[in-house]
Amino acid sequence: MSDRLAVRKTYKLFIGGAFPRSESGRSYPVHDAKGRFVANASQASRKDARDAVSAARKAFGGWSGRTAYNRGQILYRVAEMLEGRRDQFADELRRAGASKQAAAAEVDAAVDRWVWYAGWADKLSAVAGASNPVSGPFFNFSTPEPAGVVAVVAPDSPLLGLVSVVAPVIVSGNTCVVVASEPAPLPAVTLAEVLATSDLPGGVVNLLTGRRAEIAPWLASHMDVNGIDLTGAAAEHVRGLEEEAAGNLKRVLRPGKDAWPDDPGTARMTAFLETKTVWHPVGV
Amino acid sequence: MVFEYAPAPESRAIVDIRGSYGLFIDGEFADGHGEPFKSVNPADESVLADIACADESDVDRAVAAARKAYEKVWGPMPGRERAKYLYRIARLVQERARELAVLESIDNGKPIRESRDVDVPLVAAWFFYYAGWADKLPYAGFGPDPKPVGVAGQVIPWNFPLLMLAWKIAPALACGNTVVLKPAETTPLTALLFADICRQAELPPGVVNIVTGAGETGRALVAHDGIDKVAFTGSTEVGRQIARVLAGTDKKLTLELGGKAANIVYEDAALDQAVEGIVNGIFFNQGHVCCAGSRLLVQESVAEEVMERLKARMATLRVGDPLDKNTDVGAINSAAQLAKIRELSAAGEAEGATAWSPPCELPAQGFWFAPTVFTGVAQSHRIAREEIFGPVLSVLTFRTPDEAVTKANNTPYGLSAGIWTEKGSQILWTAQRLRAGVVWANTFNKFDPASPFGGYKESGFGREGGRHGLEGYLNV
Repeated sequence: MSDRLAVRKTYKLFIGGAFPRSESGRSYPVHDAKGRFVANASQASRKDARDAVSAARKAFGGWSGRTAYNRGQILYRVAEMLEGRRDQFADELRRAGASKQAAAAEVDAAVDRWVWYAGWADKLSAVAGASNPVSGPFFNFSTPEPAGVVAVVAPDSPLLGLVSVVAPVIVSGNTCVVVASEPAPLPAVTLAEVLATSDLPGGVVNLLTGRRAEIAPWLASHMDVNGIDLTGAAAEHVRGLEEEAAGNLKRVLRPGKDAWPDDPGTARMTAFLETKTVWHPVGV
Repeated sequence: MVFEYAPAPESRAIVDIRGSYGLFIDGEFADGHGEPFKSVNPADESVLADIACADESDVDRAVAAARKAYEKVWGPMPGRERAKYLYRIARLVQERARELAVLESIDNGKPIRESRDVDVPLVAAWFFYYAGWADKLPYAGFGPDPKPVGVAGQVIPWNFPLLMLAWKIAPALACGNTVVLKPAETTPLTALLFADICRQAELPPGVVNIVTGAGETGRALVAHDGIDKVAFTGSTEVGRQIARVLAGTDKKLTLELGGKAANIVYEDAALDQAVEGIVNGIFFNQGHVCCAGSRLLVQESVAEEVMERLKARMATLRVGDPLDKNTDVGAINSAAQLAKIRELSAAGEAEGATAWSPPCELPAQGFWFAPTVFTGVAQSHRIAREEIFGPVLSVLTFRTPDEAVTKANNTPYGLSAGIWTEKGSQILWTAQRLRAGVVWANTFNKFDPASPFGGYKESGFGREGGRHGLEGYLNV
């Protein structure tokens, strides 16, 4: 056994349900906590970001048109697939520097987070919607709807943080383009393998690895992106990204004080929801 | 046989317009340090009053007054007490309803029928509705103990001057915030009358501050370090500028911006009702409505018939004196807006669309534009893409429901939309697919304080009205 040479994985991007390398042909080395080389990750370019937005837009109609029950089942399926790969993720987290115990706890929490959000799919409307008692003969109701394509600058918490920012965006029917943690991108690529085998339609989650400072501005200024989560953006870049986002009035979620193991609440879901109010006369 | 209408003017005697107005800061009227400007009656171009202009130092004083009132009085006050102030304001608005309506029509140019029957009753309703929330915030779904944001800077447009004030001030105060509000420079008078209502209500000084001025005053307000939240209703371009100013700060922002709403008429619609809805959709308030149904999408099979009935109906619209109780369409609010409407209409003709207006005698003085409908409009035309904000309707046709939805959504805006059909399932199918914040089915341009209002995409973000309208004023 010991003389067998391991088959290494090529870490690629995840766009439209496929795993392409960066069209730029670039990659960057990823190291473990002790500074040893682990793998080369793809270094996504502006073109990759734009391809990812196209894929996300293409997937939006279908995904947002699924029933909430169906979206919930698919998110639960993601939890199932992740559960089956706990050891693999724990190994990757340990290579990124987590202790054995912490790595196992983070994987468990990430699985549970998918389960938490899966259950929200068919409850969000009841909590965020309303039947409105207007002063006239009208039936009037408000329903939450997905904002559209959301760009997510993921935090450096390589698995739990990533899941915590992606799941709330897609559960309501948004599709997304995610920029993974720059120093610890490998669990994100492995998570993409989980997503690819969970009946999640291609393009709902698109995952880019590379330089945040290079990719994020293209997403912030992209006119076919409806919202942006800046959670993982460096403090000195937030202002510039927000200014770019103003070009088409994106919904912006600013970086906050996130403690990923905490109860996530509903704010990350509602940040990328629109409220649609429909009126109809009542009469005979 | 034609029955002529006799003039039916509403009396102006109920309103006492002073020669000059100051800023309302910390419960007192004060001079401004900017260059005063004039508010003009758009129906005859007569000068109504000199209005103080707030410069940076005035904005600074207003924000300081609002901060003090927030920290010392309004923030700590129990919700049930705040509620009673808001109920008082609602009652005072009702008591002075006619005075407010007449003043609004004089300053804005909108028909008295609308200011009297729509704007002012909704203003009272807005305060009455949000008054009730003030002591029920823990039950609103934003956590057990939601807190106010602090001081809100609010900038409002000229199309519904007093109503937009109510949309901004009522929820802000109910949630425990204090405000500095800037009315539009062409329509400041009802906001200043509202200041008097605040005094009659004995609202603590500094809770509501009103600074008049133009764009510079607004810029000074939204950029001020002492405010915690900006609420803006106006053009998408200014909304973008404000979003850029607030980038990198902790200030909350809600924006209610432009629109280019599609009003979809399917072939099975009740056509007479649909025509009423089309007319209400685009000619209500001279089309100075961000959610106006400015793109009529009519199914090809009924297009000719709809156009025939629409033209017949348009020919009965009475354009003229805003204070005449029979007037349907009043004056365009300003010379600048009239120039913009003319420019876009000219672009419509230059790009190949065909304009039609009913025979219509316009007054010699003042700013006027006849109700106009364009046919032969392509989606690429400026009059199909840009917000005209005037009584100008662009008509496009479609063959299938899919085509209607695709054309309706083919705009960077997403504020409102209309659907006309007798088929319930088709209403819901269409409503689900329209990317717009308010969808009126077999009705149009209806508003209510219990009903959330606001846009998708470049029509802004955040909602005003209903439980949803609290969120922008709570620290959640």
